[in-house]
Amino acid sequence: MSGWLRRHRGLIPYLFLLPGGLWLIVFFLVPIVTMASVALQEGSLGTGYRLTFNFGIFPEAIARSDTQLIRSLLFGLIVTALALLIGYPMAYTIAFRGGRYKSILLLLVILPFFTSFIIRTISWQFILADNGFLLGTLKGFGWLDERFRLLATPIAVISGITYNFLPFVVLPLYVALEKIDHRLIEAATDLYASRLQAFLRVTLPLSLPGVFAASLLSFIPAVGDYINAELLGSRNETMIGNVIQGLYLVNNDYPRASALSLILMVGILISVFIYIRVLRGQELTV
Amino acid sequence: MAAVARSLPITPEAPPPERALPLGVRVRRAILPVFTGLVVAYLFLPIAVMIAFGFNDPEGRFNYAWQGFTLEHWQNIFNRFPALNEAIKVSLMVATISTLVATTLGTLIGLALTRYEFRGRGPLNVLIFLPIATPEIVLGASLLAMFASLGVARGIGTILIAHIMFNISFVVITVRARLAGYNRTLEEAAMDLGADELTTFRKVTFPLIFPGIMAAALLAFALSIDDFVITQFTAGRTSTFPLWVYGASRIGIPPQVNVMGSLIFGIALIGIVGWILLVRRSLGTGSARVDA
Repeated sequence: MSGWLRRHRGLIPYLFLLPGGLWLIVFFLVPIVTMASVALQEGSLGTGYRLTFNFGIFPEAIARSDTQLIRSLLFGLIVTALALLIGYPMAYTIAFRGGRYKSILLLLVILPFFTSFIIRTISWQFILADNGFLLGTLKGFGWLDERFRLLATPIAVISGITYNFLPFVVLPLYVALEKIDHRLIEAATDLYASRLQAFLRVTLPLSLPGVFAASLLSFIPAVGDYINAELLGSRNETMIGNVIQGLYLVNNDYPRASALSLILMVGILISVFIYIRVLRGQELTV
Repeated sequence: MAAVARSLPITPEAPPPERALPLGVRVRRAILPVFTGLVVAYLFLPIAVMIAFGFNDPEGRFNYAWQGFTLEHWQNIFNRFPALNEAIKVSLMVATISTLVATTLGTLIGLALTRYEFRGRGPLNVLIFLPIATPEIVLGASLLAMFASLGVARGIGTILIAHIMFNISFVVITVRARLAGYNRTLEEAAMDLGADELTTFRKVTFPLIFPGIMAAALLAFALSIDDFVITQFTAGRTSTFPLWVYGASRIGIPPQVNVMGSLIFGIALIGIVGWILLVRRSLGTGSARVDA
């Protein structure tokens, strides 16, 4: 065996790749292709499905869920912007002002991950409930109108998703900011750049790879999320994820659910592609 | 930024003592740390609420308002809901097995990508990146579509398949990051001194990449034990801890969920602190040995 391997050294990397690569092909690529074929089938779970190349399912699925598609895209963009606005100053502080507390601060960012995502979202349900301890207390003091509510509003859903993906934004931003050579910023200020100019023309452009990774890591899961809309929202906040989940697991309408999943996936890939182009153009002008 | 530059040791001028600074500058310097403190508080608010309400003594089904302090839920945590115990067992088992398998498969891919030249590197990178760039709901939905088309019964087996799948990519990326800055001279030295390939791997390569493998395994375990979306699509009637909590949340969350959450959080906290101390100690001795 080892003699054979020595004679065919070029095969070693393929032997290393084979098990994991096969796993990804069989349980990632094949399912996506199966899903695409399910979208083009007609029938029901009871009577069985037949492949009819029903491409009309795509415009139909879009037309029936256009509100949720647009809402998901919009929520995803708002969440990404909010997470960057909150996460950037935080990552900046940890990277440049953290000193010997750096690793503790980073640990604090990661720690919330170690409670279940579901439990954290349910905790927000507690906190934001109409007579929960936040609103209930404020209402008790008469500082808020009795009818004021947060739960079952877009605010609750958007802040819930932002909360969930904030650590995903802080970590890549921190990594990018940490790498920046402080002497470059010093050079800028020595050359009479104001602190704002030094930030806008040195620090910010150098941290763009982090901004890129951070926005993808929040945008992609945010657009597909359905837990926050389900636990913190009402019927007016349902997202595309809720529709897909309902069609698959409750209504068993596999073709339309598969079509919507494909639309979501392709939509995200196109957005990512556009974003890469825009960011690249940005880098050239800076 | 000037403030940052000035506080660095490389600048010759010493920073002026705090008290001599005008109030405006001191306020401006405090903005970022105060903001960061507020964000940390925001991150921990739901966890604090979770822990606190594990001690609540609710009267009705809904554990929403504070009604009184009790230790009762901590005392009967393991005998109140047998289904919850079962779900936790499934979660631990799935997380352990999927971590072991995904870490092995992912590490092999990571080694191949960083140590060998071969054709097909581009498509392989795409294959590894795509599962991370695909929303979880699409990963879960496509697996469900495949299992349903093939008539595969869903249960622990299908959950495991799914968890191993999404963990492989994360393991590859973590291990590759560790291997990227690693040079092969130590391995070549071992071979020159007469070690065969297996001995070299066992005595040189593996110890060097071990911290990366452990970090990848930790990440895989955390991702698996907390996964909800993909699990919901591939679980069938089987329940994991997140699935059980989600089901319970629709009929009023029992305080036992808070207790369970607090327990897991506590164990994870102890584990991480222990891990950091361990890494610090091994870095203290290990890196010296490598440098020498």
